[in-house]
Amino acid sequence: MDVILFTFFALVAIVGAVSLVLQKHPISSALSLVSVMVALAVLFLLLGAEFIAAAQLVVYSGAIMVLFVFVIMLLNAGAERESRKGGLAQFLGLPLTAILLVLASMVITQSMGNAKAVKFGAFSGGGPREVGWELFTRYLLPFEVTSILILIAIAGAVVLARKEID
Amino acid sequence: MTHLLPPEFFTATVPLNAYLILSAILFAIGACGFLFRKNIITIYMCIELMLNAVNLSFVTFSYQFGKVDGQIYSFFVMVVAAAEAAVGLAIILTIFRNRNTLQIDEIDTLNN
Repeated sequence: MDVILFTFFALVAIVGAVSLVLQKHPISSALSLVSVMVALAVLFLLLGAEFIAAAQLVVYSGAIMVLFVFVIMLLNAGAERESRKGGLAQFLGLPLTAILLVLASMVITQSMGNAKAVKFGAFSGGGPREVGWELFTRYLLPFEVTSILILIAIAGAVVLARKEID
Repeated sequence: MTHLLPPEFFTATVPLNAYLILSAILFAIGACGFLFRKNIITIYMCIELMLNAVNLSFVTFSYQFGKVDGQIYSFFVMVVAAAEAAVGLAIILTIFRNRNTLQIDEIDTLNN
């Protein structure tokens, strides 16, 4: 069962990511990204991270993607036009990304050779109780710092997006 | 249903490496989109894809070590991504209002 669920949702994630890069219209890209995020939420659940899976659905595919779709529709963004000039990235981008992927896979397979296999239900320390306990004891200071960060982000977004008053 | 399939089918496990390599593949696809796309909103979505791929790595290592710390990190990544999306989309709105374009190769004043 684990193998089937992992294979199916990993394929959904990869196909969604490729579609995100290849689609010409921003709305199609946004919907592909939503499918990637939902597939990743299921994979988090398989890894025993219940709270993170719920937060992924609520925060990422809920709040952030709604913001993206809202901005795309507000700006009436159409299909992407062809670029005038191809820079250095046009020629070196694909080979360098392939090298990055191959190197990362080699490091992973060599250094994580004796890792344990993933079995659903083997790790149950990712529920809201455990995450909340860690968040409000050992990680209390970073948690409070993020609240200041979000306050600054709210103020910045309001200042940047307001209409100029003549 | 149960007696039709061999018992190994229900107990088979996925190697941890598969999750890490999936994370690397998603990160590489995101980096590719970041390099090749010209629409500023699509580039932004590619960055979100890369953040998500790193989150998958964090949660996988959290499983490997049997500790919840990796999940806390990925929670913080999510919070930072939310703040970044709010500010970044406000910047995109301002750029569009001033330049009337979303193509990044038409926003090159600093280059000239």
